[in-house]
This record gives sequence, structure tokens and C-alpha cells, in this order.
Amino acid sequence: MSSHTASSSNVGNGSGDSGVPKRNSKRPKYSKFTQQELPACKPILTPRWVVSTFMLIAIVFIPIGIACLIGSRDVVEVVERYETKCIPVLNRTNKVQFIQSDADKTCTISMTIPKRMKQPIYVYYQLDNFYQNHRRYVKSRSDEQLKSVSKENDTSACKPEDIANGRGAIVPCGLIAWSLFNDTYSFSRQNQSLTVNKKGIAWKSDKQKRFGKNVFPKNFQGGGLVGGATLNESIPLNEQEDLMVWMRTAALPTFRKLYGKIEVDLEEKEVINVTLMNYYNTYSFNGKKKLVLSTTSWIGGRNDFLGIAYLTVGMISFALSMGFTIVYFVKPRRLGDPTFLSWNRGPGSN
Amino acid sequence: MHESSRRTRGKVRWSKLYSFSCLRPHTSDPDSAQELIGQPGFSRVVFCNEPQLHKRKPYKYTSNSVSTKKYTAVTFLPKALFEQFRRVANFMLKEAVEDWYRFLQDLNVNNRTVKAHAENGLFVDKLWREISVGDVVKVKKDEYFSSDLLLLSSSYEDGVCYVETMNLDGETSLKIKRCLEVTLHLNEDEKFSEFKATTRCEDPNPSLYTFVGNLEFESKIYPLSPAQILLRDSKLRNTDYVYGAVIFSGHNTKVVRNSTMSPSKRSRLEKKMDKVIYLLFSMLLLISLVTSIGSSVVIKSDVSQWWYLSLEDSDPLFDPSNPSKSGFLQFIRALILYGYLIPISLYVSIEIVKMLQARFINKDKKMYDEATCKSVQARTSNLNEELGQVEIILSDKTGTLTCNQMEFRKCSIAGFSYGGNINEVDIAASKRMNTETEAYRSSIDQSDTTSQSLEMSGFSVVDIIAQQAILRGHENAVNSNARNSRLSDVRKESVIKVIKGFNFRDERVMALCHTGIPFEDGQTDKLKYEAESPEEVAFLIASQEFGFQFFQRTQSLMTLKELDPSSGKQVKREYKLLNLLEFSSSRKRMSVIVRDEDGKIYLLCKGADSIIFDRLAENGGAYLESTTSHLSNYAEDGFRTLAFAYRALELAEYEQWNSIFTQARTTVGPEREELLEHATEMIEKELILLGVVAVEDKLQKGVLECIDKLAQAGIKIWLLTGDKKETAINIGFSCSLLRQDMKQFHVCLSKETESKNHLKDMKEEILHQIESSYQVMCQDNNKDSPFALVVDGRALEIALKSDVRGQFLQLAVNCASVICCRVSPKQKALITRLVKKHTGKTTLAIGDGANDVGMIHEADIGVGISGMEGMQAVMASDFSLPQFRFLERLLIVHGHWCYKRISKMVLYSVYKNIAFGLTLFYYEILTNFSGDSLYDDWYMVVFNVFLTSMPVISLGVFEQDVSSDVCLQFPSLYRQGQRNIFFSWSRVVGWILNGIVAASVIFLANVYIFSAAAFRQEGHVADITQFGAIMYTCIIWTVNCQIALIITHFTWIQHLFIWGSILLWYIFALAYGALPPDYSQRGFKILTESIGAAPLYWVATFLVTTAALLPYFTHIAVQRLLSPMDDHIIREMKHCKKDVTENQMWLREQRNSQRSTQPSPPPAAAYEAKISQAFSHMDNRQDILGNNSPEIIRWLCNLSESELDMLIRLKSLILHRAKVIGHDELAKNFDLPTLRSIGLLLMEYLKGKVKDLSQVQGLTKLVAFPECCNLLKGNPGEDSSMEELKACIGIDERKRPTKRPGEEATKLKKQRF
Repeated sequence: MSSHTASSSNVGNGSGDSGVPKRNSKRPKYSKFTQQELPACKPILTPRWVVSTFMLIAIVFIPIGIACLIGSRDVVEVVERYETKCIPVLNRTNKVQFIQSDADKTCTISMTIPKRMKQPIYVYYQLDNFYQNHRRYVKSRSDEQLKSVSKENDTSACKPEDIANGRGAIVPCGLIAWSLFNDTYSFSRQNQSLTVNKKGIAWKSDKQKRFGKNVFPKNFQGGGLVGGATLNESIPLNEQEDLMVWMRTAALPTFRKLYGKIEVDLEEKEVINVTLMNYYNTYSFNGKKKLVLSTTSWIGGRNDFLGIAYLTVGMISFALSMGFTIVYFVKPRRLGDPTFLSWNRGPGSN
Repeated sequence: MHESSRRTRGKVRWSKLYSFSCLRPHTSDPDSAQELIGQPGFSRVVFCNEPQLHKRKPYKYTSNSVSTKKYTAVTFLPKALFEQFRRVANFMLKEAVEDWYRFLQDLNVNNRTVKAHAENGLFVDKLWREISVGDVVKVKKDEYFSSDLLLLSSSYEDGVCYVETMNLDGETSLKIKRCLEVTLHLNEDEKFSEFKATTRCEDPNPSLYTFVGNLEFESKIYPLSPAQILLRDSKLRNTDYVYGAVIFSGHNTKVVRNSTMSPSKRSRLEKKMDKVIYLLFSMLLLISLVTSIGSSVVIKSDVSQWWYLSLEDSDPLFDPSNPSKSGFLQFIRALILYGYLIPISLYVSIEIVKMLQARFINKDKKMYDEATCKSVQARTSNLNEELGQVEIILSDKTGTLTCNQMEFRKCSIAGFSYGGNINEVDIAASKRMNTETEAYRSSIDQSDTTSQSLEMSGFSVVDIIAQQAILRGHENAVNSNARNSRLSDVRKESVIKVIKGFNFRDERVMALCHTGIPFEDGQTDKLKYEAESPEEVAFLIASQEFGFQFFQRTQSLMTLKELDPSSGKQVKREYKLLNLLEFSSSRKRMSVIVRDEDGKIYLLCKGADSIIFDRLAENGGAYLESTTSHLSNYAEDGFRTLAFAYRALELAEYEQWNSIFTQARTTVGPEREELLEHATEMIEKELILLGVVAVEDKLQKGVLECIDKLAQAGIKIWLLTGDKKETAINIGFSCSLLRQDMKQFHVCLSKETESKNHLKDMKEEILHQIESSYQVMCQDNNKDSPFALVVDGRALEIALKSDVRGQFLQLAVNCASVICCRVSPKQKALITRLVKKHTGKTTLAIGDGANDVGMIHEADIGVGISGMEGMQAVMASDFSLPQFRFLERLLIVHGHWCYKRISKMVLYSVYKNIAFGLTLFYYEILTNFSGDSLYDDWYMVVFNVFLTSMPVISLGVFEQDVSSDVCLQFPSLYRQGQRNIFFSWSRVVGWILNGIVAASVIFLANVYIFSAAAFRQEGHVADITQFGAIMYTCIIWTVNCQIALIITHFTWIQHLFIWGSILLWYIFALAYGALPPDYSQRGFKILTESIGAAPLYWVATFLVTTAALLPYFTHIAVQRLLSPMDDHIIREMKHCKKDVTENQMWLREQRNSQRSTQPSPPPAAAYEAKISQAFSHMDNRQDILGNNSPEIIRWLCNLSESELDMLIRLKSLILHRAKVIGHDELAKNFDLPTLRSIGLLLMEYLKGKVKDLSQVQGLTKLVAFPECCNLLKGNPGEDSSMEELKACIGIDERKRPTKRPGEEATKLKKQRF
């Protein structure tokens, strides 16, 4: 009944209304907004919606999952772990001592290409258990200094690698730069060396905006302890791509970093010999070192997880949609069935 | 008597308004006042007209500037911080804005001007805030007083003035103030050049009605009384100007002292929300602890081996030599970092949302009262959602349920009762009929706008007019023209008889014993009156109608125009008013002492019957027995009753008493009241009963329906009234708080026990009653018979004593309605507090007068009616309504919405912040608890402020589970709020779990997707920045899509906010990335260069968002499938348009839902009652129901109200027509089956019409209307086929060819067939 009265607010001028009010300045003005009567869409979660939503998810996800898996499988990836291999057997009891010594650290490993790899083939080094995301580490840099010469002495964040004893500020300062990775790789196949293109591995924005073109390394690794690699002081920072890659700190303790690109195709079953200089100390913290050769596809590197996840979610959705369909058939609930109203279900239930 | 001599001079223009000489204090006995002056508490000294003396201590008092704002520039921060921390909130803007408005208001007030005496009799404009104590000011007509003033003189010769104290106590009536005689002559500007006086008085205090002080003038001391004090914020009325000296200024004025901030209330939901926050806080502590311990362990064990961290260099956060200290520091850092777990922004959003909600409440057109031009005001926005959880309403009666417009109805004089026999219930019923007619008419209008030939609507109008005429007749019941002649004759007879018997009659007492002031009504020769109480106005009007026109009131003279019964002419009689013994709620009576023209002195007294009966002389109660029975009859009819009595006084006796009384009056000090009480007791005794009168207090418009709806919503209503039991019960019946089928329990003291006044006995009696009632209740605990409890004031007093309390409340809470009568304001507050405390349920107190303030303060929600009795209740309230009926919409629509909105909003915010905050924690594990954050600082800042706040606000402001119509149709949806199922702990935990799940899914998926391998075709791997931005994108998508799953009501605003928020993130990322790297740091070119170009980023976002929402979606799908809630079903029904297509079911469910909340009478009885109510104003009410079989009644019950209404209308129409043609008896032949047949034909006709219409206008909805009429379904018994029906009608027609309805039906039939 109230719906009638409500919808016809002023149709019947009933007994109670005492005529037309003369002063109605305070009377709220009608607008759909203030009366909360804006046209609205009120979606209802009907069985059809439920089933079709799950079905839709399944239909969309499974193909995407397959596509991702294919994309991932297209990628050829060769991983060679070498941190133990490259320590002479005699020194393996005390790796740290070996790595810190001046002994020759040249080491040769070979990698077999399982499948034809099309160029460009990306060369990565992968470190494990290396917390580049440690707060102390992450903060230890000076972006200002990297960018312009004038901010050279802006090293307050870089402690303890901020100032070389008596020789002024270290450029680039900070722990990140100081611990620059310094293993080097040279590749050869059938005694014919493979060129590794080390250009174009850094982000363009780094080269153009964040690392200054007239900022040159200064006093680098000159602050007492030597951390990692040294830098050629005649090359400006914006061309030191290894540094730029390294300075992009990784989010997770296991990370790969781009070393370079091999711009020739590698054939299946081909054996690549890598001569590497095993300088970098991951032994203090039991970090693994891996050399990775990888092609890419549209989803980047080898990553089955995404495809599997898509497939899983798709499958689950499919199962749910089937499940709901069955339930709706077996035990249907008519939409808007009043028997489910609390007052029809007896006391005690909502 | 110098008063009268001066009056004759008539120098100043006389007003027709006059005060009583007895109000004037006699100045002869100032001694008692003197004792107090100068004592502690009475130390103030004011040098009138010498404000310069008040510039220095000790006489320097506060300035007249008043500040109501809470804060100053200095104290704002600390004070506001304290305020906010108390609420665990941090939102200061609202406070600041509100305070700013208060400041502006103060500024406005303080900058008003008033004429103040400068020097040499010159008065100049002065700002209010510059007024200081001692100033003499001149206040003109309709101006407010700037401070508390001592009245020196007025434009009237006798120094009186009239003030309106609306702002102080809400009373609209005028109060008379009067100056001391010694200052009377100071009535011109010049006379103040030399004026000097000293006032010694009490210290500033908040008591509005007392004042103790004296005036030293021309080296004589005169006592002062409240009659000389003009209070700030009251207004000068009917007086051209007054002169006054400032006694109290600024913050010392009584009104400012009196203003108390109403207690700040917080809603239950918000209190529970605090607990949720504490829960989250403990979660925060827990994960911070985990972080800190983890970090200590890591530091201690192997971080020193991580050479790249260079930890030899001391960093207190990572100090391997002192891991516990580092752990502690990490703990602090973690607390800050994970602070996102605590939805601080929620408090901000809630404040904003509530402000907007309150605006919507204020703007609701359906809660706007055309008559008073007021709308509902949410005076505080704190309690919006509390409105959705109310379980008990404690209501005042007078002015709240009733109009507080008194109408003289009946009287009993000398044992004879006079007055019509129309009672409240009838009027209520006919009123109800009217609204239903309207409803029916509108439905007719909707469905068939062209059916003018259908006389239904026309008839309805006629009917309404007729009813209005009847009602008007009731309203003017005092107008003897409207009475039937029999009554008038009887009255005349009796009047003559009474005159023979007594010298004073009821009417004369009515005409004399009051405080009213007559004023002329331009059009008629009748006078209108203003008086302290509406009853008095009613009496005055009544006595005028009876021929005793109260004509003029002067200082001490009241003039009546009387109808001389012997000559039948009007004669003027003057009565000298000697004393007026004022009314007070404790005295419950007032008296006047008058001297008539013959020099006889009489005391005329009116008051509550019990009080008057106690004071009767031994032979004064001659008609006591019959009067008492009349009295109880009146009370049963729901009238207010008052008894009148008189007493003749001997001159000597009077004079002796007068001296005592005068002495008491002039006493200054705390014992004054006592003395006065004693004095009045002395004279108000040995009375002779004249009679009793009954006054009706009309029910407010829509109260019945409102109470019905509230009861259907499962809200219990307690009526707390000062009326006597019978009246209260009857009002209970008339507003359907009580019904015939209810089992009533009465708790009251028996006469014997009460007279013995033995506390222990009384307690035992009450306890016994309560226990036996409770036993009955337990035994008879079937749902169909609800219980009602009626408690008397005295009994209540005992029942609320601590040891009986428990049982009493247990009984009371189980009753559907509780009526407490004869309760004092203090008891009202006490009941409210106890109910709130004992039951733990949300209480709402509603009232309109100053006596309800306590209860309004005490209740969880206080609602004030901004009606007749002024603003006192409104000022104390949280919501103000112009009319009681708006409570229905306020609670059932707005309350329900706000509750759902706020609870959804809180839960979602909890979810959102957990989903975000936990990812930070998870990442922390991967950084070896070093305290690094995954996201850029700016991402963290904008998360709550921009990217997720707007959808939450739109949820909180615009969400509607069902539309307002449906809310009102299914008041039982309100139960959801009462049970608090939307903010139960299980829900809270559920949402926390959902947040944890979402955070875990987002984090783990991202870690696995973006670990190690390249994420772009160009071979780049993701660094912290990119990883963070990707994860952040997933969170933004997830939380915003999650809110889209919660919202059930999408207007363009929600769409804009939700999808806009997601879009905004990309815009933000673009804009941020476009900034030079100095500013954007890690976010530089994040979207354009790195992640935006990677397909993996988009694919991953899609996956993660879906996966994170899947659990919730599955949950709601299962829930809808297995145990949908009422609002879901109703929404589905609405969605399927079942309200239109299956109207029958829709209406049935409405009725069913009502049964669940309101144990209602069996429907048959209800309908029978309804029908008989409907016909109660007609003589032959038996016609329609008289011989109906139970089947027919059952069939009737299947009908919807409007269908039933149609039958009733048809019958009325027939009765009407029959009357018109002068054959009343013919109407009897139309029994229910016949009516049904006619109705059926009408419906068929209507259907045809509607179909024609719908083809033209496409009004498909309307076609459904006739379809759903139960009238056409069901079988009342005999006739089922159309033919039979036709035959039935045909026979009828043949029998009564003159009958219009018959014709009508035939005409319709012919048209159709």
C-alpha cells in the first residue's frame, strides 16, 4: 500500500494537509540526487550469472594459460651453476679464502645448447641468497651524484662508501655501486669466440636521465676495502651499462641480471665454452652463482608459472561452474523464492 | 494601591496586556534577603550606571563577548588532538570547520548593537561585546537582551514588560517582568544622567528561575526577585522599550552558564569498530614483533657475513653486536611501515560519509513537514548508523504522539456529565480510513485515470469532505452549534440548575483561573487567547462558547462578559484578582483568589483530580461519587482531565493568610519555595468540588501508521507519560500500542499499601506482581498473544530500586509494549538509562519538551520533536523531527541504509588495508626483515588518499540494498540491523581472512611470475621498482573490483569512482613517471618505458586480480544459493518484477514479514476490528459484519487493504445513496457477497479500461494491477460463476430500481457484456 502512496506523493489531497503552505523556502528541492533516487543498475547474482561468470573465466583463462605456456616453452634457457665448479678442488674447503686471495680465478665451463637458440640470446648472471633488497643496501646510493657532477659531494646516504680517505667523494658512491658484480665471461664455440654485446642492456631512461654523461668514476673502490668491480675512470657513467644494470636493485634475493647479448643463433647440441673470471665473492654468504643463456618470447624469459596459474584458475572456475550448474539442477532455488525469507523459514534463522 | 491611582493618569500608552498585582513583590520586608547578600555565593556587586568602576579588580567581571567555540588558536591543536585520540581518530578538519561556523556565529552575536548610556543621559550604540557590567542599556521592542539585565523601567507606566523566553526554555508564551517601584520614574533617557545605584547579588549561576539580590538606591535597600531580571537571549515583546542595568555579562549570564554541551554519543557500530581496530592493532603488533624478532635473529646469525652490507660500520638498525637493540628499532620501524594495516583513513572517510548521509537525511523531501515548514535535521552525524539498530523507542506522549493542541471535550458538573460521545478511537479510525481512502484513490488514479464515470473517486472525495466536516465538528466541539440540540438543551437546563445551586460554575472558574491573555481576532467577535498551557486556552475558548467570555485582563482586574441566564443578555462583570497561586509540576494545581463585584472573596482552584480531591472540604464532595465515575470514563476515553473546585473566603481569613503569603513571596533565599508551599497549603483546602472537565489531546498525523510500521520492524515502543493510567492506556489503544488481543500486565500499588507508605511492603507487592506476571508470560509463551505492561509512576519508582530492577526489566523487555504513566522527567531519564544498561539494546528516546531532555540525553539516540513546546528538546537531541511520523522513514529507510553502508564500509576498509598492509609484511620476509618497503613512498601515500578512498565513500553514501519503498514495505528488513548481522564478529573475521587471502594471492603470484627470468621480450628483468609497481597495480585492481562486488547499487557515481580509481592509478603512474627523475626517483618512466610495454604485466594483473577475488565470489555464490538473506531475496523478487507480476505474493510476504516481527492478532480479528472501525462513525455498523460467517471473514482476510477498502467504500457509497434518496433501509440489502459481486464487476470493467489505456500509453505495469486483486480469487462460499453474480446483481437491481450503485453496476455490466 505504501508504494501507492509513495509513488503518487501529491495526487490525493487528503484530509490532513491544511492547504498549500505559503512559505516553503526551507523545503528541500527535489532532485534525484538528494532524494537518492538516481537511476541505478542493481545487479543480482543470479545462478545464471554465477555459472556464466565462472564459465567465462574458464573460457578466457584456459586459452591465455595455454598461450602463456607456449610462450614460455618457446624460450630456450641454459643455466650453468658454477660457484663451486670454479673453485679448484683443493680450495673448496675454504672458498672465501680462495676468492679473497690473489690466485688465478680463471675457470672454464661448457654449456650444451639443448635446442636451437635464435638471436638475440641474453646472457645473465644469477645470484642467489644475495639480498639486494636489504634496506641498508638499497638506500646506499646517491642518485643526485650519479646524475650531475655538481652534486658530486652529495654522498650523505652512501655511508660507509661515501668518501675515500682524504681524496674526496667516491663516484659512484654507496654500497650498491661498491659491490658491483665483477665476474666476466667470454664465450666461444668450436674455438671461435662469440661476441657478447654489452651495449643496450641497461634501461634507456637510466642512460639518458639518471646517469650523467659527464659524470666520471672517481676514487671508485678507493675507500679501503675493495668490494667488487672497478670502473674505467675515462668512461662516463651513462655508458657504464654494467653498473646501470647492477644499480637497478633486484626485488628478491634470487635475481638475474643482464650481462650482455649474443647476437648470433646457436644451434642445437652445440657446446659453448665459457671462460670466466670467478672474482665475485658470494661464498661469504653461501650465494650461488649461475650463468644463464636465454632467449625471450612475448612473455619474457622462461616462466611456466604464469601459464600454469592461468590454467589452474581456469580449471577451478570450470569445475565451479559445473558444480554450480549441477547444484542448480539438483537443488534449484527459484530466484526470489519467498520460502527462503527468514519469516518463512521459522524462528532462529536469518 | 498607588498603582491604580497612577494608572488613571494614563500618561503612557496602555497596552491591553496586564500583569497581576499579586506578582509584584512587596518591598516592605527586605530583611530576609539581606542575610544572604555578601555571603559566599552572593558576593556580586554591581554599580549601576557606573561601568567605569568595573574596569578594575575586584569588580572587573567578564566581558559581554561570548564564545561558544570549543577551541582557540592556541588550544586547537592539543585539544583537538586529545579529542581525536580519544576516538582513535585523526580527523580534525570537520571539527575545525564546525568550530569556524560557531566562531562566525559568535562574531555575529557579539557584534550586535544596543543603546547604552554614555553620559548625561545620552544613549549611544554599543557593540554587545563592549557592554560591561554596570552599563545602563535601553532595549527596544523585539530586540534581544544583550546580557542579564536588572529591569529599571519600561515604556509602560507601571514598569512591566513582556519577554519571550523561547531561546531559554522554549516556551513561546510571554512572561511578565516588572521593575521596582523606586526605579519606575527612570523612564526617559535624560533621567539617567545622575542615576546611581548598587546591586549586591548572587554569583553567576545557571539557574534560570531564581535570583537573589538587592538594590541600594538613594541609600535605601530594596530586595530584587527574578521578576526584575531580564535574561540574555530572551526577547522584548509588546513593550516599546525598557531600561536595564547590566548585572551579568558574557559568560556569566545565566543562559550561557546554562548551556551544556550535550553528551557526545558514539554509535555502537563505531564502538565495535574501535574493537576491530584494536584487533587489527594487535595484528600489527604481532607482525611487527615477528619482523623484529626475525631481524634480530638474522642479524645475530649471518648478516655479518654479508660483506656487501658493510656492517662493520655501525648502523643501529643492523648492529650484529647488539641484535636486541636493533630488533627493538626494527620493531618501531615495522610499526610505522605496517601502519597501513590500521585503516586510519577509514575514520576520515567515515566522517565525510556521515556528513553526507546527514545531508541526505536533511534533504529528504519525504521528511519535510509542509505544515511547519520544517524538515528532519540530523543535528549530529555520529549516529546515522545507530538509527538502523534501534530496538526500543522510549516515547513521550504529549506533543510527541499527540499534537498538544487541547480541545475541550466533556465536563462533569455537579454530578452530571455533558459532552458528545465521540471518542478518540473513532476519530483515529476515521482518520485512518481517510489515509487508506487516499491510498486507494491513488491506486485508482494510477490505474484508471479516465474512469470518471466510475464514481468511486468522486465518492471518495465526497466522503472525505463529509468526514472532514465531522472532524471539524469534533474540533469545534466547544462550538455549541455543532452539538446536537439535545445536548444543548440539557446543558442550558443544567447551567440554570447549577447557577441556582452555586455562585460559581465550572465555566467561570475556567474563565478566571488562568494566566491567559486575550487578543482580538480580526474577523469575528470571538476572542483568541494566549496562555501558559494549551489546556488553559482550551478552557478559555470553551467558557467563551458557554457564554462566559473572558474579555479583558488588566493589572488586577479580570472582566468577563457573562450570559445572564435570567435575562439572556450579556452582562459585564469584573473580578478583582487578589492573588495567583502559580502552577508547578510538583503542585499540580493552580488557584486564583478573586473578589467579585459584591465584595465576596473566592478561591478558585483547578488541578489534577487526585490533588483536588484530597483537598475537598468534608461537605465539598457532594457529587464526588458520580464525578469520580465520570472522571474515570473520561480518562478511559483518553482525555486529559482536570478538576475544578472553589472555596469562599472570609475577608479576615483572607487578610490573615495574605500577610503570610506576602511574606513568603518576598522571602529571598532557598527557603522561599518551602514557605510558599506552606502558605498555599494553608489556603488551598476545604474546597468544594465543582466538577471535572476533559480535554482531548489529538493524536498527531500519521502516528498510528508510524507506530504500526515501527512495531513491524521489531522495535518495541515504551510510552512514558505523565498522564494518569487510564488516559495512558487509552492513548495506547488509540495509537495501537495496545490492542484488544494483548495480555495486559499491570504493575501498580494497591491503595492500602500506598496509603501505608511502607517501603518494604510496597516492594514486596511490586515484586509479587512482577513475578506473577512473569510466570504467566512464561507459561503462555506462544507467539500469538503479545503482552503489554502498564506501570504506574509510584510503582515504577519502587520497581526501579536496585533489588527489584532486574526482574522488572526482564518482564518489561519481554513485553511488546510498555506504558509507564505518571512518570517524572527524572524517572524518564532513569528508565532510559536502566533499559539501555540492562538490556544492552539500542534505545531511542523521543520527546518534545524540556521534561524529555534527560531522557534524550540518556538514550543512545535522542530525538526531539520541533513542535509546539519550543527548542529545549531539540537542542538536546541528536535528530530533530517536525512530526513523530517521520521517525518511520528516518529509522526504517535512512537508519537501515546508513547501518548497512557504514558496516559495509568499515569491513571493506579493514579488508583493503589488510590486503595492502600484509603485502608489505610478506615482502619484509624476503628482505630478511630489513625494513625495506616494496612500494615507492608516494604509492603508499596515494593508496588510501586517492586511489581507494572514493569508492569507499560512494559505498558509504550511495549504497542501497533495497529502495526506500521496499524498506517501508518490508520493515522487517530492519531486523538485520537490530541483530547486527552485518557487523558481527564472524563477518569481521571473514573479511580479515579475505584480506589475508587476497594479500597472499597477490604476493605469491607476483613473486613467482616475476622472479628471476626476464619479464620483457627485450630481456630485462624486473627490479624492486618495477616489481613494486606491478604488485601495486594488482592491489589497486583487486581492492577496487572487490568493492564492485560488494556494491549492489550502481549509479553513475559508483561507476565513475570505482573505474575512475583504477584509471587514476595509471594516470598517476604516468604523471609520476613523467616527472624528472629527481622527483619521481624509482618511479621514473615506470609505465611508459618498463612495465607498461610488457605484455606480462597486463596478463599478470588480470590473473592476479581474478585469482584474488575468486574466493570471495565463490563464497557469495554459495551463500546466495544455500542461505540467501532477506534482502537478497527481496532484491531478487524486485528484480523479477514480482511486486508487479505477482502482487499477491508480494503483498502476502509483506504481511508474513510483519507477523515475524509483530506478534499480531489473528488476521480475522484484525480485519473485523478494522471494518468495524471503518464503520464506527455510521449508525448501522452491524450491517456489514452482523451476520457474516467465518468463511467470509477468512476470505476477507485474503484481501489486500485497498481491496477491502473498496468494499468498504462501496458499502459507504450505498449507504450514502440510500440516505440521499431517503430510503435508508434499502442499504441493508447489500450484504457482503453482493458487495463482492459489484466489486468484481467493477474490477472487470476496470480491467477493460486499463487494457484500453495500456494499448495507448504502454502502461504495462497498470495492467497487472487488476490481475493481482484477490477479490477475484478465493471463494466466499456460494457464488462463483459470472452468471450467478450477474443474477445476483440483477435481482438486486430489480428489487431496488432507484438504487444508484445497482444502476452503476448494471450500467457497467451492460457496457462490458
